[in-house]
Amino acid sequence: MIHLENIQRVFQVGDERVYGLRRVNLNIRSGEYVSIMGPSGSGKSTLLNIMGLLDRPDEGVYRLEEVDTTELTDLQQAEVRRHKIGFIFQFFHLIPRLTAAENVELPLVLGGVVPSERKTRVLATLDRLGLADRARHRPDQLSGGQRQRVAIARATIMRPAVILADEPTGNLDRTSGNEVIQTIEDLNRSGMTIIMVTHDPELGRRAARRLRMLDGRVVDDEGTPS
Amino acid sequence: MKIIDVTRFCFRAFSGYPLRTGLMLLAMSIGVASVILLTALGEGARFYVSQKFISLGSHLLVVLPGRSETVGGPPPMMGETPRDLTLSDALALLRSSSVRRVAPIVVGSAPVSHRALERETTILGSSADLYEIRNLTMAQGRFIPAGEVTRAEALCVLGHKVKKELFGNDSPLGRFVRIGERRFRVIGVLSRKGQSLGVDISDVAVIPVASAQNLFNQDSLFRILVQARSREAIAQAKQAVLDIIRERHDGEDDVTVITQDAVLATFDRILTALTLALGGIAAISLAVAGILIMNVMLIAVSQRTAEVGLLKAIGAPGTQVLLLFLSESAMLSLAGAACGLLVAALGVLSARHILPEFPIVVPFWSPLAAVGVALVSGLIFGVLPARRAARLDPVTALSRR
Repeated sequence: MIHLENIQRVFQVGDERVYGLRRVNLNIRSGEYVSIMGPSGSGKSTLLNIMGLLDRPDEGVYRLEEVDTTELTDLQQAEVRRHKIGFIFQFFHLIPRLTAAENVELPLVLGGVVPSERKTRVLATLDRLGLADRARHRPDQLSGGQRQRVAIARATIMRPAVILADEPTGNLDRTSGNEVIQTIEDLNRSGMTIIMVTHDPELGRRAARRLRMLDGRVVDDEGTPS
Repeated sequence: MKIIDVTRFCFRAFSGYPLRTGLMLLAMSIGVASVILLTALGEGARFYVSQKFISLGSHLLVVLPGRSETVGGPPPMMGETPRDLTLSDALALLRSSSVRRVAPIVVGSAPVSHRALERETTILGSSADLYEIRNLTMAQGRFIPAGEVTRAEALCVLGHKVKKELFGNDSPLGRFVRIGERRFRVIGVLSRKGQSLGVDISDVAVIPVASAQNLFNQDSLFRILVQARSREAIAQAKQAVLDIIRERHDGEDDVTVITQDAVLATFDRILTALTLALGGIAAISLAVAGILIMNVMLIAVSQRTAEVGLLKAIGAPGTQVLLLFLSESAMLSLAGAACGLLVAALGVLSARHILPEFPIVVPFWSPLAAVGVALVSGLIFGVLPARRAARLDPVTALSRR
């Protein structure tokens, strides 16, 4: 489903050229559960951003579901992000003035879905994540774990093919972190592809396929399905 | 994204930051209200002046001895006169069909006395027609009767102030006053009308024109007031006056005819310019409000960087982000304009209450222009922040908390 070929990303920092990614080749199939680990600056987040179409590679080809994304316009890329990709961030990135339900509804609003359909879908998604009674709360009235689950609801409401999670538990205590991981793994069991960047080796080990990155290269790839 | 959703999203942004929203609404509404109020004052001044002119007497032409090229300026007080205007000149003007009334005027100054009280007063020699031409009203008695204009009857009509000075609260009707060396019988008192174009008509004594000529020992007239038959006939009447006088003065054009319209048109031009200037000054305050909107929107964009990054991550293209922020500034300026209209309406009402005599007229174009300028400045000054938001790199935007 995800095909990365010779992906290169170079950042200009002052006079220096810093390699974010060096000739990365990677194939991820539909329904996989992949963790990406590695020290800070190893290129984990850059890789995730490129897979999420938030960043463009300087070289190489990225095909998502057989579509060469590097040739898409900004508008088309936004379309792909909206329908095929769900993001989960370390800092949740909920909009503070909107209620939980409104935050979850946002991708549907941007997509121009009619209000009546939006309402049922939002309620169903919140219900599935056990947040039905929190629908009218604003983010500052929710606990960290609840906030991240609202963010997960937002990431999944468009039923994307792949979920990209960047340190989803990095800002949570162990208990709520576990809850969140359970939720993410449930999604995987229902067929969604999960790609998760994490610092936490214990979390990383839970994934079926484990990538290790160092200096912009994938140095280790365990559990590759044959 | 649907328009209703854009609107709702913007509304949530407004209610989410009430102080910011309040300040922007305040700035916009002050701008819009000042445009409307200042133009209303200017327009009111214009209206006020034209009303004053109408109270001078309608369809008025003034014939002055001496030739002058001035249009609309103050009439020459001491014109070089080759030939005087005479009473028969004045009466001859009535031959024209476009002339309705003619009032010859002789002006001089003489002491007016009653018993021991004496007062130096402007003496106005004229005829019965002056009453209609100048829209005078009587407080007591009657005006100089119509009749033979050349007869020097010893009658007089006192201005309000003169009557007060000489008679106090007693009725002067039928009593005699001494003007210069002659005795005149008082037949009426003018009601108080105040000043009209420089002549305080409460401080005059009006006597028949022939009596005034005798009193001042002169045959010439100070000027002739002519009332045209209608507003449309003013130009015709002017031509007729010039023709008649030329014929009587051996083919020489030695009078000046000033039409009230010419003076009025000049004032009208000046005051329209004044209204526009006031509107322009007020428009600057609108532009300032626009700049404030830009500032606040720029701050909003940097405050909401993460939000913009998120919107892009969940599938909003740059154009949609641009649209959202642009709609925000447009809606803010519209809402501000609406508040401004309300403030202006209150301002106009209270101004009418405080200054009942002064007409406050809101010209029809000023609210439209004010709202238009508000919207345009909101949009123009909203473009820069909105573009900045649209161009934010989602990766950097999201990497911050």
